[in-house]
Amino acid sequence: MDRRFAEERLFKGLMILATVLIISSLVLILLTVLLKGLPYMSLDMVTKTPQGGYYLGKGGGILNAILGSLYLAGGATLLAILFGLPVALYMNVFSRPGARFVGACRFSFDVLNGVPSIVFGAFGFTIMIFFAMRASLLGGIIAIALLILPMMVRSIDEVLRLVPHELLEASYALGATRWETALKVVVRQALPGILTAVLIAFGRGIGDAAAVIFTAGFTDSIPGSLLRPVATLPLAIFFQLGVPIPEVQGRAYASALILTILILIISLAARLLARRLTRHVVK
Amino acid sequence: MRFLRVTLVPRRVKDLLAGKVMLLLTVLAALLVLVMIIGLYLKSKPVLDSHSLSELLFSTKWRPFRGQFGFLPFIMGTLWVTGVAIVIAVPLCLLTAIYLSEYAHSRVREWVKPLIDILAGIPSVVFGVWGMLVVVPFIKDVVAPSFKVFSTGYSVLAGGIVLAIMIFPVIIHVSLEVLRAVPGEVREASLALGATRWQTVKRVVLRKALPGVAAAIVLGISRAFGETMAVLMVVGNVPKVPRSVLDPAYPLPALIANNYGEMLSVPLFDSALMLAALILLLVILLFNIVSRSILLRVERSIR
Repeated sequence: MDRRFAEERLFKGLMILATVLIISSLVLILLTVLLKGLPYMSLDMVTKTPQGGYYLGKGGGILNAILGSLYLAGGATLLAILFGLPVALYMNVFSRPGARFVGACRFSFDVLNGVPSIVFGAFGFTIMIFFAMRASLLGGIIAIALLILPMMVRSIDEVLRLVPHELLEASYALGATRWETALKVVVRQALPGILTAVLIAFGRGIGDAAAVIFTAGFTDSIPGSLLRPVATLPLAIFFQLGVPIPEVQGRAYASALILTILILIISLAARLLARRLTRHVVK
Repeated sequence: MRFLRVTLVPRRVKDLLAGKVMLLLTVLAALLVLVMIIGLYLKSKPVLDSHSLSELLFSTKWRPFRGQFGFLPFIMGTLWVTGVAIVIAVPLCLLTAIYLSEYAHSRVREWVKPLIDILAGIPSVVFGVWGMLVVVPFIKDVVAPSFKVFSTGYSVLAGGIVLAIMIFPVIIHVSLEVLRAVPGEVREASLALGATRWQTVKRVVLRKALPGVAAAIVLGISRAFGETMAVLMVVGNVPKVPRSVLDPAYPLPALIANNYGEMLSVPLFDSALMLAALILLLVILLFNIVSRSILLRVERSIR
């Protein structure tokens, strides 16, 4: 009898220990990034591009990477919505409920969601070679859009599934077509949830490095056109960390802090939005 | 009815058109995996034509300038790093998932889950920075000396530790869902027979949740397999088969990411790198298909 409870207590202790360990790894990572990046944060860091030479200049900041990341992730998110929203709408409004085809699509997107970003980068690169394109903002946008498409489709899909079917039927009964129902009823009702999905996809896009390393390139200047290379925060961290000049490494730590803060803001916003997944509560 | 259809023609046409376009988009998006496989295969065909598959997969000779492309060091590097990550992550994640599902107060659960979501959202480069600043020096100054070996710190172990933290969220999230899906009556029946909570977990809940937990682990493995930047930054990148966890390694994704600049100047090099991407894609697809199928079955068995 006693042994049973001893085992119980032992394992309960181990469980709490494991949970604490996992949480403290998160805290440790956030603290490290904060403490390393904070000394290098200044107004110049966020308002100037790197000064004084290719990659190695000591002055200036990382405005090129901040803007580049926002352009790239923003463009990719728009592109992914353009393709992803219709797909999610088709699976939930246009197809028969419970169709085999829809199940197969969901499966395919789930599997696609597990494909690592480096493979998307390599695939994006082969597309670019095919069209004789060079590393550019557009190339990066395409690679990131492909990367975030499956997760965006699946998370919008999960939100649309929650829209009560009676709502659709009420709309049909009033004589609306499926297209009108999709736009004016389903999308409107699910809007906060859709925005959450979009934000999460944006966060994944802005933090990814492996997919843009071939496709977007890197530059010290702010891109003026879709066909020019673009700097991104993750690659700014990666490249500048490898340079043995303290000032340049400092820029990498500042980039890491800025990227982490951006990601935290995005996930906080997504969390607040997710509190109300639907506009109107239908009982 | 016929009257209605005639008057509504523009709207009906719009609806039909939208339906067709959206169907096309859906099919295209769902077939993206196949398109990727075909694209990467076509690109890696030159190297597959001029080398035998067994030479590519099992040779340790990686000399691109002489046309020798043996992937074994990289495949072994990936396996070592993934193995270490799994050994660290699985016990911790299972204990945490069981705690959150079976023991923790719901308020604790509501606090811990968002934190794990935040961990999932941290970009891999940031994990890499942390690994370089904390894990690598720790291995160099504490772990290696205590085994009386020299190590720069950039090693399989460093990669494995960083990877383990990165796959925590996947494994915890999926296994938590699987555990929560075990019906409460099953637990109550076991408790009513006089079993302790831990006995119930061990002999009833875990047994019922086993396939789902296995799927969670496989998803974690496949995530670890393809992770690139964080591993690349701490693992040393030496193209030799590692012999201990303190040796450096050179996993497949790191190989692809590190060589993008030189790809076009050496013949067949780009083709070999695309083959590396294809190998990664196929292995990960296999793992994902297996675990998703298990999870689908678990989901169905609940309903």
